[in-house]
Amino acid sequence: MRLRHLKGWLYLLPALLFLGCFMIYPLVDVLIYSLEEGYNSASQTYFGVGLYNFSYVLHDPYFLQAVKNTLLLVVITVPLSTGLALLISVQLSSIPKLRDLYQTVFFLPYVTNTLAVGLVFMILFKKTPYSDGMINALIHLFGGETVDFMDGPYWAKMLVTCLYTVWIVMPFKILILTSALASVNPDYYKVARVDATPRWRIFTKITLPMISPMIFYLIITGFIGAFKAYSDEVALFGVNLNAAGMNTIVGYVYDMLYGDSGGYPSYASAAALILFAIVLTITVINLLVSRKHVYYA
Amino acid sequence: MRIYLEHVTKSFPSQNRKEKRNVIAVNDFTYEIPDGTLTGLLGPSGCGKSTTLNLICGLETPTSGKIYFGDDDVTLLPPESRGVGIVFQNYALYPHLTVLENILFPLQNLKGPEKLSKAVMLDKAREAADLVQISRLLERRPKEMSGGQQQRVAIARALVKRPRVLLLDEPLSNLDARLRLQTREEIRRIQRETGITTVFVTHDQEEAMSISDQIVVMKEGIVQQIGKPQTVYDDPVNLFVAKFLGTPPVNVFSGEIRSGQLYLGQAPVLPFPGGRDGPVWVGIRPEGFVPSPDGPLVCSTRAVEVMGRDTSVVCTHPAAEAQIRAIISSEHDVSGDTVRFQLKPAKVHVFDRQSENRIYPA
Ligand SMILES: Nc1ncnc2c1ncn2[C@@H]1O[C@H](COP(=O)(O)OP(=O)(O)OP(=O)(O)O)[C@@H](O)[C@H]1O
Ligand SMILES: [Mg+2]
Repeated sequence: MRLRHLKGWLYLLPALLFLGCFMIYPLVDVLIYSLEEGYNSASQTYFGVGLYNFSYVLHDPYFLQAVKNTLLLVVITVPLSTGLALLISVQLSSIPKLRDLYQTVFFLPYVTNTLAVGLVFMILFKKTPYSDGMINALIHLFGGETVDFMDGPYWAKMLVTCLYTVWIVMPFKILILTSALASVNPDYYKVARVDATPRWRIFTKITLPMISPMIFYLIITGFIGAFKAYSDEVALFGVNLNAAGMNTIVGYVYDMLYGDSGGYPSYASAAALILFAIVLTITVINLLVSRKHVYYA
Repeated sequence: MRIYLEHVTKSFPSQNRKEKRNVIAVNDFTYEIPDGTLTGLLGPSGCGKSTTLNLICGLETPTSGKIYFGDDDVTLLPPESRGVGIVFQNYALYPHLTVLENILFPLQNLKGPEKLSKAVMLDKAREAADLVQISRLLERRPKEMSGGQQQRVAIARALVKRPRVLLLDEPLSNLDARLRLQTREEIRRIQRETGITTVFVTHDQEEAMSISDQIVVMKEGIVQQIGKPQTVYDDPVNLFVAKFLGTPPVNVFSGEIRSGQLYLGQAPVLPFPGGRDGPVWVGIRPEGFVPSPDGPLVCSTRAVEVMGRDTSVVCTHPAAEAQIRAIISSEHDVSGDTVRFQLKPAKVHVFDRQSENRIYPA
């Protein structure tokens, strides 16, 4: 019996070692860094232990801006992208003939490099002294006021960021939702039709509950993904996000480690732990809400 | 509600890209289902039973032909306007709803002047649940119930709106043998109590024979025979129907008609006046054999299975397609290597060798 236990642990050892080296140890390390006040990475010394790093980060206007940006991004893009993806998937499922073609088209952004998509967005939205960019040309055509989306007012930059994020995350969601929809037994729809169920009721009372686990999965991963946004902003606004006012929490952590203001692993760790706390809270809330509304077969 | 199908044909476009031929699932159906009866649609897999049911239901529209409910032409009516209830093979109960919510679901769809109050809906749902005897399970979810209970819920849901026609697609195939026996009686009882015209699909001939008022035997989209179960069994119109009905199955021999006599091998077994001379197929029901010391049909015994009142004799004969199974009364002594049989003329059916249609003596 004991031998068998030993064997089991032995088999688990590689995975445990791996997790220990690359997950547990860094996590503990982050925690330690975040509590060491005045840590100097060159001399590897610190003055004392306490919560000063958290206090500093929470009072840093750049961090507060990053939190605001991130929250806005999360609140706008997660419901929007999930809702749109649901709408598109439902429409796709009702046209079986073209579904494969459209699925490919909608999936293209997913296999395209983030930076390439960013470049395209930049070309579409940018306004230079010499040219207006395509979107501005369109706005102009319809008699609107042109805006520099890449280097202008905050709302314009936020708009582009949200559009970009939605664009990037949609394909995966569409893929997941179309397959979820396809896996619903068509007999449910047949019975519902025979019972004269209105279309909207079929959707809310049958389709949605049936695919609710997948929607829930997309919402949770969507929240987590949006909280960790960084590369998309870099693709749009370059590496100096603070200057553009479009930094995110992860971007702030990165800056604290390696950016111009870099070399502050303690601040970075504190910010990372704050992010962790936020994501954890939101995920727990999600799980609690889902218990009532998600049906698992 | 009387259902009348008039030259109904349904073909599906072929899925196979190379072969452009259409699949004809139902081919020129004409038959009437009398009001208030239980009709069994019977046939082997892929013969178009489900398609026929879907046509009656309205989930499919016929390629040609007409369907009438009473005197109303419902051919182009969508299923929700036909007043039908349907139960699928897998029951298709909404798994996230309780039994009560499942039964209430069709009632909650009613709109406008037909809209019911909550109390009336509950009453109707309870009534339907009582009918199928699941009143004590109303708060359960489908996966917390046995197959038989789920099937009752599905019937209750189909009945709760008092449809004009109830359609059941292989309602018993997910149940074990004992439950199947019990549930088919249940279906019979529910149908009798409600008097709703009911069509049910099965590929199990015993099931269809035991509870139907009328059976429709199908093969490859074509109706072979329609009638009372006993009539179809006693008087099959072709070899397919004869083979399809009855357990144990009919014994098929290759025989010959020569000068007014039916021959199996070299032995003349029955007079057959008026038949054209030539080879034929002969189907003999297991109960058509009577052991007799000077019987014309000589078979070699392989096994004797005593089943109480009856005895089943397994034997061979050179003219028979496969082993013969004869059901005889236990009084007879069949302990030898060979056994001689006399045949009951009513249990012997003769079929044309080519068309396999029934040939009757003059
Ligand atoms: N939607 C469809 N598209 C193409 N062919 C179909 C379709 N539905 C049925 N068929 C074909 O029509 C024929 C009859 O099918 P049907 O489902 O009615 O058979 P069935 O008698 O119910 O068989 P089973 O006992 O296996 O359920 C089959 O050959 C089948 O392949
Ligand atoms: Mg079928």
